[in-house]
Amino acid sequence: MSTTQLDVVSAEEELFSGTVKEIFAPGSMGDLGITPGHAQLITTLKAGELRYITEEGNMASLFVSGGMMEVQPTVVTVLADTAIRAADLDEKSAEAAKARAEAALEGKDPEDLDYEALQAELEAAKAQIQMIHKIGNTLR
Amino acid sequence: MGLKEIRTQIGSIQSTRKITKAMEMVAASKMRRAAERMNASRPYATKMRQVVSHMASGHLEYKHPYTLEREEVKRVGYIIISTDRGLCGGLNTNLFKKAKQGIADWKEQGVEVDIAVYGGKALNAFKRYGVVAEAVGLGDRPELTDMIGPIKVMLDAYAEGKIDRLFMVENEFVNSMTQTPRATQLVPLVADDLEALDYHWDYLYEPDSKEVIDALMQRYIESLIYQGVVENVACEMSSRMVAMKSATDNAGDMIDKLQLVYNKARQAAITQEISEIVSGAAAVE
Repeated sequence: MSTTQLDVVSAEEELFSGTVKEIFAPGSMGDLGITPGHAQLITTLKAGELRYITEEGNMASLFVSGGMMEVQPTVVTVLADTAIRAADLDEKSAEAAKARAEAALEGKDPEDLDYEALQAELEAAKAQIQMIHKIGNTLR
Repeated sequence: MGLKEIRTQIGSIQSTRKITKAMEMVAASKMRRAAERMNASRPYATKMRQVVSHMASGHLEYKHPYTLEREEVKRVGYIIISTDRGLCGGLNTNLFKKAKQGIADWKEQGVEVDIAVYGGKALNAFKRYGVVAEAVGLGDRPELTDMIGPIKVMLDAYAEGKIDRLFMVENEFVNSMTQTPRATQLVPLVADDLEALDYHWDYLYEPDSKEVIDALMQRYIESLIYQGVVENVACEMSSRMVAMKSATDNAGDMIDKLQLVYNKARQAAITQEISEIVSGAAAVE
C-alpha cells in the first residue's frame, strides 16, 4: 500500500515527521480523511485531534490547537499553531501591547502600571479557559 | 596606597571576576539552547515560505494586500527586536544605530515612522520616538503567544492603510563571535525571498482562497518575527558570553598588576623597617 510523508511543524518546533498510511485532520469545514494520492489542498484547521495511521498500522494522535494543512499527493504538511488562536484573543493581545506601550510612554513605573493590562490579561486568560472547556467538550 | 587598601581592592576584583566568569558560563550554555530553538523553528518557516511562494506565483483572483506594492509611501512601520537585559557588549547599541539610521532616512523623505518594540532595551531607547506597541520580558524561551500583540497592531495598521511598509530590525546570528544588525522588509513581501516555482497547478482551498491566504500570511509574518526574536536571544547570549569573557580576562590582568604593586609596597615597607632597625642599632653602639 502506498504511503504519504507527514510533517507536523509548529513555529517553535517539529512535532512529527514520518510516513503514514492515512491521516484524519480536524478541518475547519469538517473532519478530513487524507489517503495517499489526495489532490492538492490547503485548508485551515480548527483545534482538535490530528490522527494518523503509521506504516506499521498503529493509530497515533496529536493535539493541534488549529493551524493550516497543506496536502500534496505524496506529502502532507501540518503547520500547527502553538497557541489557541481566536480573533478576539488576538485582538486582546494587540490591545494589551498598545496599552503597555502607552503606559510606558507616560513614564509610569512598570511595577504599578498595569491595572488595565492585568485586567486584559485576566480576561484573555478567562477566554482561553472557556475555549479549552469548549474544546474539551467537543472531543468528548 | 596602603597595603590594606590594595588587598581589599584585589579581593573586590576577584569577586567581580567570579561573577563575570559565572555569567560567561551561563551565557554559553543558554546560547547553545537558543541556537537549538532557532534551528527547531526553521522547518516551519521554510515550509511556510514554500506555500506562500506558491500562492504568490499562482494565478489567483484574490491578491493578498501583502503581495501588492503600494506606490506612495506616507508612513512606515518598524518592529525593533532587542534584549531585555544589558551586559551583552555592543549588541543593542549597534542594532539601535542601524534602526535609527533607517528611521532618519525615512524622515528625511518626509515619511512618518511608527515603532513597535520587543525587549526592554528597545523600549527605553525609542521612547522619545513614540512607540505604538511593545512586548517586554519575553525571557530566554520566548513564546509566540506573547509576541502576537505588537504584530497584530502593525499588521492591522497596514491593512487599514495607516502604514505602507513594515520593517523588522534584529540581530543576525552569523556565528558565536559575530552578530550583525539587519533590517528586513516584512510587508509587502519581497519577491527575492520567495522561491521561483515552475509548475502550474493550484490548490483546492477550504473554506475559500481568501480566508486561507489571510490566515497563512498572518502566520508567515508571525513566524518571521518569532524567528527574529529567537535569533536575537541567541545573539544576546553569545554576545554576553564574549563580553563576560573579556571582562574576566581584564579582571585577571588587573589583579596581576595590583599584586605586583602590593608586593613592591610590602617589600618597600620591610626594607624601610630593616634600615630603621639597623640605623637604630648603629646609634646605640
